[in-house]
This record gives sequence, structure tokens and C-alpha cells, in this order.
Amino acid sequence: MGLNNPAMPIDTAIATKLDKAIGWARESSLWPMIFGTACCAIEFMSVAASKYDISRFGAEVVRFSPRQADLLIIAGTITYKQGPILKQIYDQMSEPKWVISMGACACSGGFYDNYSTMQGIDEIIPVDLYVGGCPPRPEALLDALLTLQADVKTNKYDPNRHKDFKGLLDNV
Amino acid sequence: MSNYITIQREELYPFIQDKFSQGFNYLLDITAIDYSEYVKTQDEEFAVVYIIRHEDFKQTIVIKSYLSILEVQTVTDIFSGADWLEREVYDQYGIIFKDHKNLRRVLNHHGFKGHPLRRSYPITKGQLSLCVDDLQDEMNNRLLGKSVVCKLEDGSFSDCSKDLMFLNLGPSHPASHGTIRTYLALDGETIEAAVTEIGYLHRGFEKSCENHTYNQIIPYTDRLNYCSAISNNIAFAKTVEDMLGVTLPPRGQAIRVLLLELSRIEDHLVCLAAILVDMGAMTNYWYMYNPRESIYELLSKLTGARLTNSYMRIGGMTNDLHDDFESDLNNALLKVKEGVEETLSLIKHNRIFHDRTQNIGIISPEDAINASLTGPNLRASGVAYDMRKDNPYYGYENYEFDVVVGSVGDVYDRIMVRFEEIQQSSKIIDQVMRTMPDGEINIKDASIVLPKKEAVYTTIEGVMNQFKLTYEGVKVPVNEYYGSIEATNGELGFFIVSDGSGTPYKVKVKAPSFTAIAAYADMIEGLQLADSVLTLGSLNIIAGEMDR
Ligand code: SF4
Repeated sequence: MGLNNPAMPIDTAIATKLDKAIGWARESSLWPMIFGTACCAIEFMSVAASKYDISRFGAEVVRFSPRQADLLIIAGTITYKQGPILKQIYDQMSEPKWVISMGACACSGGFYDNYSTMQGIDEIIPVDLYVGGCPPRPEALLDALLTLQADVKTNKYDPNRHKDFKGLLDNV
Repeated sequence: MSNYITIQREELYPFIQDKFSQGFNYLLDITAIDYSEYVKTQDEEFAVVYIIRHEDFKQTIVIKSYLSILEVQTVTDIFSGADWLEREVYDQYGIIFKDHKNLRRVLNHHGFKGHPLRRSYPITKGQLSLCVDDLQDEMNNRLLGKSVVCKLEDGSFSDCSKDLMFLNLGPSHPASHGTIRTYLALDGETIEAAVTEIGYLHRGFEKSCENHTYNQIIPYTDRLNYCSAISNNIAFAKTVEDMLGVTLPPRGQAIRVLLLELSRIEDHLVCLAAILVDMGAMTNYWYMYNPRESIYELLSKLTGARLTNSYMRIGGMTNDLHDDFESDLNNALLKVKEGVEETLSLIKHNRIFHDRTQNIGIISPEDAINASLTGPNLRASGVAYDMRKDNPYYGYENYEFDVVVGSVGDVYDRIMVRFEEIQQSSKIIDQVMRTMPDGEINIKDASIVLPKKEAVYTTIEGVMNQFKLTYEGVKVPVNEYYGSIEATNGELGFFIVSDGSGTPYKVKVKAPSFTAIAAYADMIEGLQLADSVLTLGSLNIIAGEMDR
């Protein structure tokens, strides 16, 4: 929309659709909450550090309170013991919210096919984007972020998309 | 090096007590073995194992006792470090420790039924946890012990002297690495009592080992202490090689030393970066973390992966150093040096840093030994124990370096010991590079090391060899063995039971972070809330290794 153009006169009026304006505003103001538990969280540290620098993409305001975040990044293995905590964090985030599952463990349990590891976080909460890898390279996570932003901008995500989702910890 | 002793269940406690008075005062590990599917039929199905080291740090004894009934006397009154170790054995094997004051699960969730490390427990049988343990009973007992609460006649509790507020710190808290929960009773900002709960990252490492071949376990070991994956690879590979009775050629050994020290630097960097962020000194995060990126670049070139390298194999490693390894290494070490210098210039004489770290979270040398602390945490308390000096391996005795010790055992010492260890490790790496021998990196034994690719593609023997080794695994003779090295966080050991096949019958990790977190609650009681965060950071708890 060219709103970033400094040469633009101040008293300009722009005709656009409300949805479009909202999408544009949301795109670069995602506030991630990192639910980091294991090795993948260490790779997230790299994503946040200067070399990969997530702030280049407008998503660096990392919050550790789910109340202040709209993007949940699950980086690490989720065990059954962790399940209720993750669910609570997810529930505490207000809409609109998005979820990225980072790494093989969060996506599917990874190579921990055993008694203590949940076989993918989508057993308990809905996921919007899966990032493969053990751990994924920082570029892979950034790519997921860019994909998400492009979709957020165009309002691809229906706020009711997870209405029918029922996880293992719902209504038990 | 180790001495293996078998003894009757009834004599166990007096025997350990006796050994303790003879100077065996450093408990390394407690575990159990379920023999129900073992090759040699034993009379009893279960045995408990205690691994204890002498105060000279040289002799080790492994005490085993077969159990006719699944109950033994607790040794928590001798070793405070036994508390959580016994809880783990109870949790995983269902063995009762008589007179243990708080025998509850530690790794699995409180609703878990059964004991997963028993052979009869199916590996994939998961159990959903519906809610979190409120820990109130444990907290009440703790408060009662300190006379902070009184027990009323109806069995309930009341604050008798203080106005207490209860607070959960973690598990989802940036300073608790997402996996450590500390439940606190606060009077104002002062911590009156603390209870720690772990297990949020218990991902069944030990059970998984029981159905993978030795080389397949290497990637799992990467993810124990994922801040320094290669050091875990080495600890495991070395233990298995010791069981096989083989030693690496000189070049292989030198490369292992080099990578161990590089891992140490890598690990300390991330620990220090994180604790400084916890303190609010954000700038240092970039100074300390960016050198890690140069190490990652080096490791990706060498091993193909940044973080989870899986570089070691039983009997050696995947490949030799790449061509411009030396210049990459020098570049990385230079970055490390700059980062450390920049950081130190900001904090060394910084009043805020001193006030926040000095005399906080103190543990005395006696308590640290008794609680089985190890590595930099133990050395910060002034105990000059370093396996590289006391039980040298891979030629460590030929390199010149200092064992860094602290004097107070507070947060400050634990931080500064790590800073200095980075320098010492660089010094060792320099010496290794200068004296790097030529020659083979792997041992020459077709029953252990995979054949060269050309042989596999061109000869039938090569194909057979490759197939058998991959499919059946490296066959390790029947044995029970404890082996360890000085890894980045301290003594990292593996207790392996082999039944002669290519898959271990049992693997137990002696994890430095596990005993460190067990001592944590005692360290923070009486401190301010904000100090608990720094104390935790200074212990460098790595959840993958703590919870396994
Ligand atoms: S996906 Fe791999 S790197 Fe990520 S948490 Fe799981 S084991 Fe660790």
C-alpha cells in the first residue's frame, strides 16, 4: 500500500478494505511466545541472535506471557507430563492466535516413540504450521514465519478454523 | 579402575555406611536392573546398584545387591544426593526405599501407573496426564520441618508465624528452560521453602536405548546435553569401547580431546549468555552467543549438523577433520576470545553484577560433595575435582592446563569458573592442534567399525560386513560396566549392562544436571525470589540430560 513511503504527504487519504488494513497491520507485528523445552529451543536462540535475527521480519518481541502473545512457537519435545501446561498456555492466549510447531518432536514425537513422549502436539492443540527437522535450521523457522505472515496479511486464517478441534485434553 | 562388589540385601546399608567411613563419600549414582529377560538366569529378578567414589576421586566401587523383596533401606541419611536418585529408582522400577521421607515419582507424572523401566512395561504405552501435581503435601512437609506452618488437629495446616504466599515458578518460565517447576512459599520476597519438580522433559532415553543398537543410540545421546552434543557422544562411545576392550588410535584420541574442549566452550558460552540475560544484562547475550555461531559453522562443515552432530561412532568417528579445519577453528576461537573479553569488560568490575551474584546461592564444599554435585558447580565450591586430572584418559595428562576452582561456592564463583574454563579449554585446543598426530582415526576391527564405502560397493565381504554391523549392531561382551568422562557439566557416566548382543540390555546415565537440580531447593531457601533465578542459571541445568 506504500504506507511506508516517507515522501507521502501527511494529509493523504487511502481507500482500502478494512480486512486489508488489518491484515497489513498484523503481518509485521506478530508477538511470539516461545514454548521452548529442549534442543529446538537452543536453535530458536540462534534465530533470535544477530546472525539470523528474527527482528528483521518484525517478530522479535518475544513474550513469555501467553496473554501478550499471538504466535505460539512450540520448540522442543512435549511429554505427557507437559501436556496440561501446554494446553493451559494455549487456552490463555487470546484470539487471533497462530501456532507453529517447530521440530520433529513437536510435530510427531520425533524419534521418541515411547511411553513418555506425546506423539505430536496436535494431539492436544491445533497447529497452523509444521516445521520439520531435528532441529530445523534457523532458516526453516524463518521461512515458516514468512509463510505465516503472507497468509496473515491476506487474512487467510479463518478465526473459526479450529472450532471443531478436539484434543485429548479437551473436556476430560 | 572400578571395583565390583555383590552383597546381600540385608547387609547393604551397613556396608555402605562402613565404606562411607572409609572415605567412599561421593555417591555417583543409584540404579536398578530388571533381570527378567536376561541371558543368564538369575535367582532374583531385580538388583539395585550403587556407584560410589572415594574421596581421593580415584577409586570407584560398584555395589550390587539382588533383591528377594523389592525393598531396601534408604541411604539418604548418609548421602543427601541419594534422595532424588532413590526416587528415580522407585519411579522407574518400583523398588521401595524404606524410611525415605519423600518417596514419590520424580520423572513420570503423578498419575502414571506402573514402572516404565521394568522389562514387562511396553515401550510405547503412553499415559495421558490430565492435571498437574499441586505439590502441596510436599510443601507442607517442608514447611513443617522448618516450623513455618503448624499442623492443626483436623490434619490441616495453618501459617503459624508468617503470612505466606505460594507461587509457581515454571515450568513455563523463561528462566526455567520450560521444564523445571519450582513451587515456592514466600514471605514477602523471601523464600521460606521451595519444592522442585522435574520430569517435564523425560523422554524415555533409557528405555529407548534398550531397543536400539549401540550406534543407533549415538543420536539419542546428542540430545542429552544438547548444548554440547559431541561430548555426550564421546562419553557413550568411550564407555562401550572400554567394554569392548579397545582404544582409539592416537589421532582419534586427539580429535576427541579437541572436540570435547570445543564442546566445553560451546556449552559454557550458552550458559553464561543465558544467565546474563536472566540478570538483565542483555548486551552480553549477543557477545557470548555470536561466537557460538562460528562454532556451529565449523561443526556443520565437520559433521553436517549444527547442533545435533552425531559425529562419534563406536570405535571412532564418521570422518577425519576437513581440509581447512584449522583456519575455521582459529577463526572460531578468536571470536570466542573477543566475546569473552567484551563481556568481562562489562561485568568484571560492575557493581550490579557483583551485588547480584556474590554470596548468593552458596553451597559449601562438604555439602556439594554430599549432594553429589559435579563439574564446574563442584569446583566453584572449592573442590578441585576434575576427571581430566584425577582419572586422565585420551592423554589428558600430557596437556598443560589448570583446574579452575572457586572459593565461596556462590553464583559468582560458578559464573567465573566457567569463564576461566573457557580460557583453559582454548589452551588445551592449542596444544592438541600443535601436537596432532597423523594416522588413522578409527580402530581397525571389522566387527566394530563399518567398512569403507568402496569395499561395500565392490566386494561381497564388504556388503556382508556392512549389513551385519548395521542390522545386528556391534556385539559387546556380557558385562556390567560404569564408564565416565569429564563432560561439560561434570562427570557424565554411563552404566551399561550388556547381554552379549548388539543392543544394550540396560543403559543408565549418570547425569550431572540431575544431582544439581536435586540440591537446588536447599540452596535457594532464605534467599530473595529474584536470586532463585540466578542460582538456577548458574547451575547450568540442561533439561535433556536432567530428565533424559
Ligand atoms: S526435534 Fe530434535 S532437536 Fe528438536 S527437540 Fe526434538 S530431538 Fe530436540
